[in-house]
Amino acid sequence: MADIRLEGVGHSYDGGRTWALRPMTWTWRSDRAYALLGPSGCGKTTLLNIISGLLSPTTGRVWLGDRDVTAVPTARRNIAQVFQFPVLYEEMSVYDNLAFPLRNRKYPKAEIDQRVRRVSHLLGLDDHLRRRSRRLDPGRQQIVSLGRGLVRPEVAAVLLDEPLTVIDPAMKWTLRSKLKEIHRDTGHTLIYVTHDQTEALTFADEVVVLNEGEIVQAGEPTELFLSPAHEFVGHFIGSPGMNVVPGEIAGGTVRVGGEAVGRAVGEDGDLPPGPVRIGVRPEFVRITAAQATPGLAARVTAVDRMGAYDLVHARVDDHPLVVKTGAGSRYAPGAVEFFRFDAGRAFLFRDAVRCGSIAPLDGRDGS
Amino acid sequence: MTGERLNDVSGDVSGDVSSDVSDVSGEVSTAGATVAGDRVEPEAPVGAAVPRDEPGGQVDTKPRNNRAWFLVLPVVVSVAFTAVIPLMTVVNFSVQDIFSPTDRIFVGLDWFRAVTRDPEVHAAFVRTLLFSAQVLLLEIPLGVAIAVAMPRRGLGVPVALVLVALPLLIPWNVVGTIWQIFARGDIGLGGWTVNNVLGVNFNYTLDSTDAWITVLIMDVWHWTPLVALLAYAGLRSIPEPYFQAAQIDAASGWATFRHIQLPRLRGVLTIAILLRFMDSFMIYTEPFVVTGGGPGNATSFLSILLSKIAVGQFDLGPAGAFSLLYFLTVQIVSYVFFTVLTRTGR
Repeated sequence: MADIRLEGVGHSYDGGRTWALRPMTWTWRSDRAYALLGPSGCGKTTLLNIISGLLSPTTGRVWLGDRDVTAVPTARRNIAQVFQFPVLYEEMSVYDNLAFPLRNRKYPKAEIDQRVRRVSHLLGLDDHLRRRSRRLDPGRQQIVSLGRGLVRPEVAAVLLDEPLTVIDPAMKWTLRSKLKEIHRDTGHTLIYVTHDQTEALTFADEVVVLNEGEIVQAGEPTELFLSPAHEFVGHFIGSPGMNVVPGEIAGGTVRVGGEAVGRAVGEDGDLPPGPVRIGVRPEFVRITAAQATPGLAARVTAVDRMGAYDLVHARVDDHPLVVKTGAGSRYAPGAVEFFRFDAGRAFLFRDAVRCGSIAPLDGRDGS
Repeated sequence: MTGERLNDVSGDVSGDVSSDVSDVSGEVSTAGATVAGDRVEPEAPVGAAVPRDEPGGQVDTKPRNNRAWFLVLPVVVSVAFTAVIPLMTVVNFSVQDIFSPTDRIFVGLDWFRAVTRDPEVHAAFVRTLLFSAQVLLLEIPLGVAIAVAMPRRGLGVPVALVLVALPLLIPWNVVGTIWQIFARGDIGLGGWTVNNVLGVNFNYTLDSTDAWITVLIMDVWHWTPLVALLAYAGLRSIPEPYFQAAQIDAASGWATFRHIQLPRLRGVLTIAILLRFMDSFMIYTEPFVVTGGGPGNATSFLSILLSKIAVGQFDLGPAGAFSLLYFLTVQIVSYVFFTVLTRTGR
């Protein structure tokens, strides 16, 4: 197996006026399960097609291990790809579908048979080998398309482009755990494209978040959740997304509407004073009964009862703030409550990029 | 005399029509009777039905009205005038020997027997069948090949579409005229080239093979674009990932065509084969203009023979029987084609 390395790879569909994918350098490490997460139109599929060779990048080079494959056609790239909807050779049987990539590559008959049987066993398709592929249900069809990738011995990575879009929700869980199982058994590098955060977070060893043609953060699911490096990651991951409240840094203290909420800790040294945006997840805001410092007074506007938890909506300095509390809370709309951020879980953003976090005041008054 | 003849005919026609209409109205009135039955004799059925259907004991008081059947009338009338009446006049001719409008005798199925035993009809039938077969064998693969070769995007698309569609826009008899001149050995570009550049002696007015080839090529030129356009539409509807998957699976160009494009052309090719069969089996205008069925009987297809019998010799009886058999043949072959093509590969 080999790493897939993108070296300054970028793509533009209109001759360089706008980038569908901004030039980036990134390595997909061998044998890991990645999720490529981002909203529709952010360049996920473009990135995938560049890796598989269906698209030549406008700039940059693609490396497969120590081999430069930028100019190598798809067929000789050792990459398998599964598409949004099942792509099958419909008039062929399941067996022939699985054998097709090997037959095209002129494998000996005995080896083809052996490989097809191994993959069909792995995927639980043994009972369906003789059936016409178009008669299978969509879930099985998608498994067959996946099987066409797994059957090839030399495959370095399997790319999945939102493979569960057409599968009905009940089947999605089964298929996703099947995919994890396959990843465990085969050890292929998997790159799983999705715009569904649950899919990404439950599936991957590492989640890569893409926005507007740029990788904004990559990391383990918990890392993305606990310390978003970009405002977009905060919004996109988590349900509901991260709260963003405008504030101000003055003399090392972060203030919202004049109230001190904590001490500003810069990522690299002290932060210059000026406006800043405070991002904090609904999970890490506490509501306290009495006025405390640091704390923000805010008027509750609504409470959503979600069953397992409640969402308390409030307005701070005329900006919305959502708080996740235990079910059965007794906050009433119209009441003024006091809100505090958990230590180390509130972050400071400038130009949408994280620049620091908020630390407790340590009893010192900001002024 | 003419008036009497017309009267006769119309008498026959109205007889036929009325029998036909009474057929329809028979159905209508049957349906009406059943519905009316509910209304006219409510006691017995309703009394029996009430305990089961409506536990509340309420009698169904919804008014029943059969006037909706009048809505079917326009269809009955228009079908009668467009299809049934003309067809019935032909049926009428086919069972009579008409010497003059006043002098006619009923001959039963004699004309049908005569037509099915006529060697000239047999020859024309075989000729037409052979022509249709050749047309299909040439036009379907050629049309698909053109469709595959046509560009999928860019400026080439409209250019290719217009160029390919051009022959379809030319009226039949103009196509005939074009080819009549084009294939002439003395002043026609095509015929002259074959004779003087290729050095092959080619004369469609004298040589029956040359005449056949001329008519065949003319049909291919005129109608392959239809197949190409249908196939092109079919190809365009194949989603891009299918071709991408083929690339990933290292499928050759031929394998891509065989396993992705061709299976997805099944629907449009069924239509194309049907249309081209029906049209070529009924071909009339172009060979009539180019060769007039000759030389000899070389290009005398069923339709040309039929018009010769009906219009040229004014033998209405045999022509009527001929038409009906011709009509039935086209119907049956088309039905068989369609059934076979749609059932296979299910």
